[in-house]
Amino acid sequence: MTERIYITGIGIISSIGNNTRETEESLLSEESGINGISLFPTIHKDNLPLAEVRQSNKQLAERCGIKDDRFLTRTTLLGMVAGKEAVTSSGLNLNDGYKTGLISATTVGGMDRTEDFYKEYLSSPVRGRLRDVVNHDCGDSTERIAGFLGIKDFVTTVSTACSSSANSLIFGALLIRSGMVDRVIAGGTDSVTRFTLNGFNTLMIIDKKGCKPFDENRAGLTIGEGAAFLVLESGKLVKNMNRTVLAELKGYGNANDAYHQTASSPEGKGAILAMEKAFQVSGLKPPDISYINVHGTGTLNNDLSEGLALEKVFHSAVPPFSSTKSYTGHTLGAAGAIEAVISILSMKNRCIFPNLGWEIPMKELSIRPVNKLITNYEINHILSNSFGFGGNNSSLILSKHSLSLMT
Amino acid sequence: MSSTPVYINGIGIVSPQDTLSNLAFLEDVTGSETNILRCIEPNYKNYISGDLVRRMSRLIKMGVSASKVCLQEAGCGNPDAIITGTGLGCIEDTEKFLGTMIRNNEEFLTPTSFIQSTHNTVGAQIALLLKCHNYNITYVHRGFSFETALVDARLQIQENGLLNILVGGLDELTTNSFNITFRLGHWKTKPVNNLRLLECVTKGSIAGEGASFFLVSKEKNERTYASVTDQAMILKPEGHQEIISKCSVLLKQNNLSANDIDILILGLNGDYQKDKVYHEFIRIFPGTDQIYFKHLCGEYQTASAFGLWLGSMIMKRQLVPQVVRQKGEFNRPVRNILLYNHYQNLDHSIILLSRAS
Repeated sequence: MTERIYITGIGIISSIGNNTRETEESLLSEESGINGISLFPTIHKDNLPLAEVRQSNKQLAERCGIKDDRFLTRTTLLGMVAGKEAVTSSGLNLNDGYKTGLISATTVGGMDRTEDFYKEYLSSPVRGRLRDVVNHDCGDSTERIAGFLGIKDFVTTVSTACSSSANSLIFGALLIRSGMVDRVIAGGTDSVTRFTLNGFNTLMIIDKKGCKPFDENRAGLTIGEGAAFLVLESGKLVKNMNRTVLAELKGYGNANDAYHQTASSPEGKGAILAMEKAFQVSGLKPPDISYINVHGTGTLNNDLSEGLALEKVFHSAVPPFSSTKSYTGHTLGAAGAIEAVISILSMKNRCIFPNLGWEIPMKELSIRPVNKLITNYEINHILSNSFGFGGNNSSLILSKHSLSLMT
Repeated sequence: MSSTPVYINGIGIVSPQDTLSNLAFLEDVTGSETNILRCIEPNYKNYISGDLVRRMSRLIKMGVSASKVCLQEAGCGNPDAIITGTGLGCIEDTEKFLGTMIRNNEEFLTPTSFIQSTHNTVGAQIALLLKCHNYNITYVHRGFSFETALVDARLQIQENGLLNILVGGLDELTTNSFNITFRLGHWKTKPVNNLRLLECVTKGSIAGEGASFFLVSKEKNERTYASVTDQAMILKPEGHQEIISKCSVLLKQNNLSANDIDILILGLNGDYQKDKVYHEFIRIFPGTDQIYFKHLCGEYQTASAFGLWLGSMIMKRQLVPQVVRQKGEFNRPVRNILLYNHYQNLDHSIILLSRAS
């Protein structure tokens, strides 16, 4: 029998909260984290919104007991905070003799500091502080998070654009199922940078007023930042160690849209395939899904393509859905894990967090997102979508577990 | 993890040597005084249509060409998964967008280089050209980038029942990435003859690059090069003892003794300090022939993919080119090859290759 994969710990930091508790409060009080730009100088300061984490690098470092933050990137610091919370919340002892992996994901890596380096470097190749560029590569953040948490049995990093951390969960589950490790801390981290802000801006897919996913008048996404990690453990370990389970990672699917480097296919082929694969792995059927945490970036292209894919997969019975990017912004490489954590909070609170700011249904679709908090809602299975540039589409199915003792 | 072997049934590799045709096998290698080895780039129009070639950056072109040769050789039209590993991804496009953004103070930017800068670009482009909707993922973890891709491919076959996986390791060298890593002390300060790389007792290596693709399959066939039997990855080991003990575990779980390893492929890169750990490692293999490869491809995050190409070729041809021989008799049949490589003494990797028959 295939080993079941349980989630026993979560850690999260984003513009709507510096930890799980704050995140939960913001979600329940319907408070978005989308705001202005304060972290770096940019010509877009007064005309583009961002969803920044409300803590400085120094504050993040202090939370990790690190005095000198000059050798760490913001991506690393966010990851350390979320990783630590995930491990602590699960109550696990990393030195109990079982094998642990860390699978992180990031798209920008140390770009925040590289930007500082490069400015000097461009004036002369001998200029620029090396300590600002030595952490540029994506693996650096993961190795530092691994060192901080004390994990070394299997450590690696995924980068598939905006589906990156959904894929770290998928790979983490595979590693556990193969028996290579007994548990995995899986997730992702990305900080906001001028590089990504300008990159998405040149594509003209940033909504100046903040994203409005699945709204007829949506005009693009809002870049956000954050990190989230989930502790995945094998069924065997959960049983042997009598662990407390928050949810089960019941299904997952990874497919490629193979349509265009940045645009989604009109019919959402990759999205449909990713969802279908997740159903196949889970053994569930579309009517089993209680709620969908959609990718829902707020771009014209994504929401239409994803919406049509939902109508195709669920026929006339699309369950309640919302994009919580209306709270957190699009946290890029961290989004899949952040939304997996939000899905678990949804399950725990028996409610559906709304698609904030939504007003007008899209004329091409017969479906509309949940736009007001729904409480006392029984949730058994949640589908969470994450789609990225390069057509890298992934879907996760998170399920309530009867062993769940979460209060 | 002891596990069922998987087979390498096709290869395509763009490297600083004449490797892409899969015909030559390091017969006429010439050395040069340098600290940089750049790829011999093929005529891309043989592999990619003209319109597309113009739009693609160098790493994309190298990767797509290598993947085409690999799939063609294996006779595989559409793989069940495309898995790539890269240390820095499309760094040329990253530099281009970053540089323009800073120089133009965030104005007058075009999206092309940003779009192509994401680490998954090559894997995505290959999927796009093949119209391949299957599993697709990219790993970006220094000296574990290619290794993770290979682990994932093996697990896709063993756990998920997939049959044919396209696995790639790729990194490109740019003037800026060379300059910056030069300042970080990665490279020799003076040019050296790359064919005499191991003779210099100095710090630093020679910079390299490459795009290597393998078709990793569940079944072997008449084209099979070798089987990948096992792997180990050791992050920041506490001394060579930890590496040796992980290696011993790997051998034991595959029912092999040190003497069963016919050839050791070592990631020696000419940095006398970082090479020390290889010299400790070989002590447990007193009777094993040793070869090396970074004098031919240079040092980069996914250089182990070149090492895997070398091991696969040796296994298939039962021939060890003179230019890679370091120490030994080279007169026994090659049944088992152990590839040991590390990147910056951080990420240590062991790959066990065995003869398929």
